[in-house]
Amino acid sequence: MKKYIYIFLTGLLVSSSSCNDEEFLNKKPTNILLDEDVWTSPNLVLSVLSNLYMRFPDFQSIEGWANYTEFDEAFASNAGDYGRHRNTDYGYGNWGLWDYGYIREINLFIQKCTAATALNSTVRDRFLAEARFIRAGIYFEHVKRMGGVPLITEPLTYDLSGDPSYLRHPRAKEHEVYDFVIKELEEIKATLPNELGSKSRATKGAALAMQARAALYAASIAKYGASTPEVSLPGGQVGIPANMAIGYYQTALKAAQEVMTLGYGLYMNKPDLGENFASIFYEKANNPEAIWVEDFALAGGRPHGFTIENQPRYQAEEQQGGRINPTLNLVQEFEKLDNTFAPLPINDASGNPILYSNPTDLFAGRDARLWGTVILPGTQFKNKEVDIWAGYMRPNGSIITSNNIGGRADVNGDGVTEQVVGFSGPIDGLEWTAQTGFYIRKYLDPDPGSGTIGTRSDVWWIRYRYAEVLLNAAEAAFELGQPDVAANYMNQVRARAGLTKPLTTADITFDRIVHERKVELAFEGHQLFDMKRWRLAHVVWNGSRMTVADLNANIGKAEKASTMPFGVWPYRYLTNPADPTKYDWVFRVVIPNPATNPDRFRLGNYYSQISDAIISNNPLLVRQPNQ
Amino acid sequence: MKNKIFVLICFVLGIGCASCDTDNYEAPQSKLEGRIVYNGEPIHLGYNEVNMQLWEPGWQLRAPIDVAVDQDGSYSAVLFNATYKLNIRSAQGPFRSIQNSTTQSDTIMVDLKGNQVLDIEVMPYYMIRNTQIASSARDITANFKLERIITDANAKNVERVSLYINKTTFVDRGNNIASKDLSGANIIDLNSINLSATVPAITPAQNYVFARVGVKIAGVEDMLYSAIQKIQL
Repeated sequence: MKKYIYIFLTGLLVSSSSCNDEEFLNKKPTNILLDEDVWTSPNLVLSVLSNLYMRFPDFQSIEGWANYTEFDEAFASNAGDYGRHRNTDYGYGNWGLWDYGYIREINLFIQKCTAATALNSTVRDRFLAEARFIRAGIYFEHVKRMGGVPLITEPLTYDLSGDPSYLRHPRAKEHEVYDFVIKELEEIKATLPNELGSKSRATKGAALAMQARAALYAASIAKYGASTPEVSLPGGQVGIPANMAIGYYQTALKAAQEVMTLGYGLYMNKPDLGENFASIFYEKANNPEAIWVEDFALAGGRPHGFTIENQPRYQAEEQQGGRINPTLNLVQEFEKLDNTFAPLPINDASGNPILYSNPTDLFAGRDARLWGTVILPGTQFKNKEVDIWAGYMRPNGSIITSNNIGGRADVNGDGVTEQVVGFSGPIDGLEWTAQTGFYIRKYLDPDPGSGTIGTRSDVWWIRYRYAEVLLNAAEAAFELGQPDVAANYMNQVRARAGLTKPLTTADITFDRIVHERKVELAFEGHQLFDMKRWRLAHVVWNGSRMTVADLNANIGKAEKASTMPFGVWPYRYLTNPADPTKYDWVFRVVIPNPATNPDRFRLGNYYSQISDAIISNNPLLVRQPNQ
Repeated sequence: MKNKIFVLICFVLGIGCASCDTDNYEAPQSKLEGRIVYNGEPIHLGYNEVNMQLWEPGWQLRAPIDVAVDQDGSYSAVLFNATYKLNIRSAQGPFRSIQNSTTQSDTIMVDLKGNQVLDIEVMPYYMIRNTQIASSARDITANFKLERIITDANAKNVERVSLYINKTTFVDRGNNIASKDLSGANIIDLNSINLSATVPAITPAQNYVFARVGVKIAGVEDMLYSAIQKIQL
């Protein structure tokens, strides 16, 4: 009997629940937002947009410290990254980018935003301009790494017909991509607001700064590409005709000069010029210099770990740090206050070490940007000594040191041990010690707690800043035969760094332009792309082993080879072992032990490889030259 | 307890059985080897500087097989029997390709059926001749002649010549313990170029080094070298 009741009830249940299919299947989901919800609310659209902003890629940035050590700016003091200094060649695929998923989502945003009539038109136009700014930016990222790429400005949709070949697009010419970037930015600059305080969203200043940089890149590829005819493709996917250089330089100069009218300025809020330079990167309030940044926030926001990774090892807030060690190669590039270049005075003419009473005296009388870029031995960070010294040296050259940070040994034979090496090293091959004798200062956060995993850092990553705009303008003006204009812009940047003796028109040479960018923009992700566009990369990273003599030659020259990371180690000089209070400092130039091989940038590295899988999917894509 | 052990044994046995299966592809057997030569003389190159590509047409997915050329100009690859296209990309090596009569391009068709020796003739910009490297105490001196091979519109100048010394048999611009450069502008006579360098202290001590000379040709990425010589100190 019971059985029948169950059967009856089951039948009832089935029929009762299946009667209204339409309503049942069209339930509004509670876990995702639909298009009609999003495109009616400015706040939700902004959320979509901020996701697009957040995914903007950078090759070297504070979110990937190790990429700074790929070239000669820095040594990687981290056991897992020594391989960067042991290999010779760069892979053809290095720093490649092929992110059409991202481009598709930007295109979808533009398509849907254009159709979103429910939004106020002013708000909508700004959103659209911002999305086009991001799209111009991502195409600029692609073209500077890959050369010409397919220009896709509509979201592509597959029609499920079984033949997707109509979705294949060939590579555009390299200059066509630059033209696209420049044109898009030209069109949106009037729509974007000129808000100096809005740093993480696209503004008029950001669009113009990007336009100036893109035009400058295109111009220099056109001009200097002539020196490497091998780095080009017959279809123009790689390489720009030399006769286009002038036009691009003019565009770059015009855009940069327009940025100068908007109200940005150089950051000059602190009396100590070295500290002032470092502050550009961590001081967010009252910063007229930053133009477009990727911002970070503490407590519930998006903090990053750059300070944890790179804080001085001694008194670090975690038991780690010190990964980026700037090289002597970079330090020596910071010129003297009389605008001349010289190696650090380590030995006198007869080869004997010069004695210094303080470790910092070795660096006296140099460009203040050195102090803002690099933590030098004998200086402080967060008001704590960094304690970088490699040991005691006797007059006969023998050394007393230890293999542990802050290690102890008996120096004067009295049976009592004392500290014989700094708590930040340097110790050869010991990770996180200052194996070149230096730590990075730029982008380190001086706030308490920034070096702890629990707090982390909210220092922003500056993609465009005013000083670079000035240098871009200077370079364009120089190339257009206006060295007086170039000198004026260069001198503004240099005066802020304490180089008060202005450069004259005759001083402005290509070497000067290259050098100024190297020191002003170190650790800001410019080095690789600058060297590529000037076609200097294969000259500077030429695969030849270096000696100290090579290191000290040709400082300040654009074509100076720099293939291995050098360091300089401070020692306490034991002139009188009986009286340990009397010691002076001496220095010794070293190559850290893990750095065994010189870097070689091959002609095939100028444009990153498009992977075989991508080319197999789309045979219309032409391979990069020399790979 | 017993049950657990039984399960464990079954488990281990299961993994053992499953992993016994051999690969269902035969390993490649045919060896393609040879040298890069000019008139039958091998062209010496830097370590890992020059490589060639083998393409096997007819597959849906295309990817090259990279073949590295050794310091003495030799190469080898173990391959499946098939028809390959062998290609040295245009900017590779201190030489120019010679047009292949079959393909009317720099591509060489290789029909591989079993082992094959294939020397590849190329046109170098220069050849290093009569290299003599000698030692006196710890000073190494080298004397050689540089013969210009390409003399037409494609000729290129010498950027520099260099003497490289290393403690192992890898000797080139990236692998050396001592070197001496002479820029092209300072070469007086191509027929007799002299370079000398001093061997620094070597730890652990050894009473021999390896040395050779190299030529950097202006506008050419890879360097041309002489044969590596073992020099007794």
